[in-house]
Amino acid sequence: MSGGGIRPATSFSDAARETLKNRQLRQNLGFATRTIGGKRERVIAEIPDWQELRTQGAAIKDEAMSNLAVNLQLLEESVTRMGGVVHWANTAEEATNLVAEIAKRHQASEVIKVKSITSDEIELNDALAKHGIHALETDLAELICQLAGDTPSHILVPAIHKNRNEIRELFEEKFGKALDSNEPKVIAEAARLYLREKFLTTKVAVSGANFAIAETGTVCIVESEGNGRMCLTLPEVLITVMGIEKVLPKWDDIATFLRLLPRASTAERMNPYTSMWSGVTQGDGPQEFHLILLDNGRTSVLADPVGRPTLRCIRCSACLNVCPVYQRAGGHAYGSVYPGPIGAILTPQLLKLEHANANTLPFASSLCGACYEACPVKINIPEILAYLRGKADHPFIEAQGYKAAYWAMGSHRRFEFFMSKQRLGIAFGKGFLKPWTDSRELPEVPDESFRNWWRKRGK
Amino acid sequence: MESKATILGRIQAAAVPAFQATRTPITFSEANLSHFIEAVEDYKAIVHQVTPKNVLALITKITEHKRIVVPKGLPAEWRPEGAVEDDHFSHRELDAFDAALTLCAIGVEETGTIVLDAGEGQGRRALTLIPDHHICIIRQDQVVASVNEAVQKLSESVEQGRPLTWISGPSATSDIELVRVEGVHGPRKLEVIVVT
Repeated sequence: MSGGGIRPATSFSDAARETLKNRQLRQNLGFATRTIGGKRERVIAEIPDWQELRTQGAAIKDEAMSNLAVNLQLLEESVTRMGGVVHWANTAEEATNLVAEIAKRHQASEVIKVKSITSDEIELNDALAKHGIHALETDLAELICQLAGDTPSHILVPAIHKNRNEIRELFEEKFGKALDSNEPKVIAEAARLYLREKFLTTKVAVSGANFAIAETGTVCIVESEGNGRMCLTLPEVLITVMGIEKVLPKWDDIATFLRLLPRASTAERMNPYTSMWSGVTQGDGPQEFHLILLDNGRTSVLADPVGRPTLRCIRCSACLNVCPVYQRAGGHAYGSVYPGPIGAILTPQLLKLEHANANTLPFASSLCGACYEACPVKINIPEILAYLRGKADHPFIEAQGYKAAYWAMGSHRRFEFFMSKQRLGIAFGKGFLKPWTDSRELPEVPDESFRNWWRKRGK
Repeated sequence: MESKATILGRIQAAAVPAFQATRTPITFSEANLSHFIEAVEDYKAIVHQVTPKNVLALITKITEHKRIVVPKGLPAEWRPEGAVEDDHFSHRELDAFDAALTLCAIGVEETGTIVLDAGEGQGRRALTLIPDHHICIIRQDQVVASVNEAVQKLSESVEQGRPLTWISGPSATSDIELVRVEGVHGPRKLEVIVVT
């Protein structure tokens, strides 16, 4: 069930209370985020114009979003011209139905998948299972999660919550073969052998997309293991499900993102493999190509001027690695396939701020701003977090408290009156404030208010 | 069709103000070959630097006792004895070869990347993917300084609808405890022959 979806089953604080009990998870995460973070700083330092590059990346994405309808139609035209077929899916259900239909047309009982969070967002695997089609994950970490019946916990290294011993046991059980050791090399080899046969024989593959270029109809996938190349090259039919925000206007624009993404994400100068294809190439690769353009809440993010920059996200996971909350609570606490700071703003917005549990995610932050600094496309995550907090439902007592404060501070007379009674108020409020003061200190109240002191001072 | 109209309608209704990005013009500069080689080696790929007349000798040496597949269009003077030309082989047939020997379109100094664009002597994508060992020949003048330059130079291939594969070292994973393992599904061994 490495589907997952984006609807959290509980509030963030309830989920985090549970995940915080898992020491192994915290250790693995701490190690992973520190390691990637350190490497990241080194490779970014190699690019003297990194800040200009971030600005350029943000601007290209903003341009793409400002003209999204035209870009998407141009993309459709280009892909069609190159021999591909373009479909539009309003909702997750529409997208999964389209994939199932195409797979069924080819009598496929199994499809191979390139790691794609978009497909996890729409819970594609579960949906295909209902149609009697098994979706096999081919990315090593996704395969681990799938075999374990577990959900991914990190965008980039989804199985970071598992250590080598757990993975060895899992593979031995599922492949029915003993492994020589728990060395990552041995474990990876076992996965290679298991999947190779599938790559050579499966007819239909499903992928996501990192980028798609409107003017040329070129779809781009970056990866490391080669499972992507296998899925994109060997099957007869390729189905790509892509969020509409992944479109880039011009071919040259890809250069900016090929420089930004690997360094921000895996902390490499370049990821091992990047595949780019435009429609269908005769005699080379799949001879049938379907591109599904998915909305699933994205247009409602687009409609909100404050939340809109969320759509710039290129899913690098840099913000996860620097986030003090993510580092401790872990990906599962977010209850969505989009964890971490970006998940805390993306998940509730994709659900149109109508999902009560998702609306608790913007509170999963200390607003320290590390995510904003790390973001390769300069998404001001703290600003959007604060904005979404304002939009979320507040507990009755809190809402009444703010209303009372608004009234009390609305005139200087009322304000002064209540200031003179502040000691009383704090004594009275302490009970209510207990959940807050449990982990924080209330400021000392001075003996005299500033206003009083100012008045006396003149005399 | 209905969904398309709905989605486009919602995008129009979002009324996003027009915005034009300022794109920094791409500047071209001389590529530094030794930096390119260092960057390729950094990914644990094997790099050989040879003069044109020594290419075949080197290839013969590294492909000894190996079943080699080559694409159509690979120059005859670089084709080792016994190499088989790709003739619409099935995936299984390709799987029986030990190594593939090809040319490439471009090398990128900035990142140590080689790019295949399905051009002359590069073959189809399956050819450089299924055999476990990829040997790639690149001429010095094919190396460009930056990713920006590479993208610009590849625009013609893309307009013609040719697929691109950017390769930076052999296949790798860091999915288990972040320990890097070279070689998962793609060729586990990448050898780059730089002809100078």
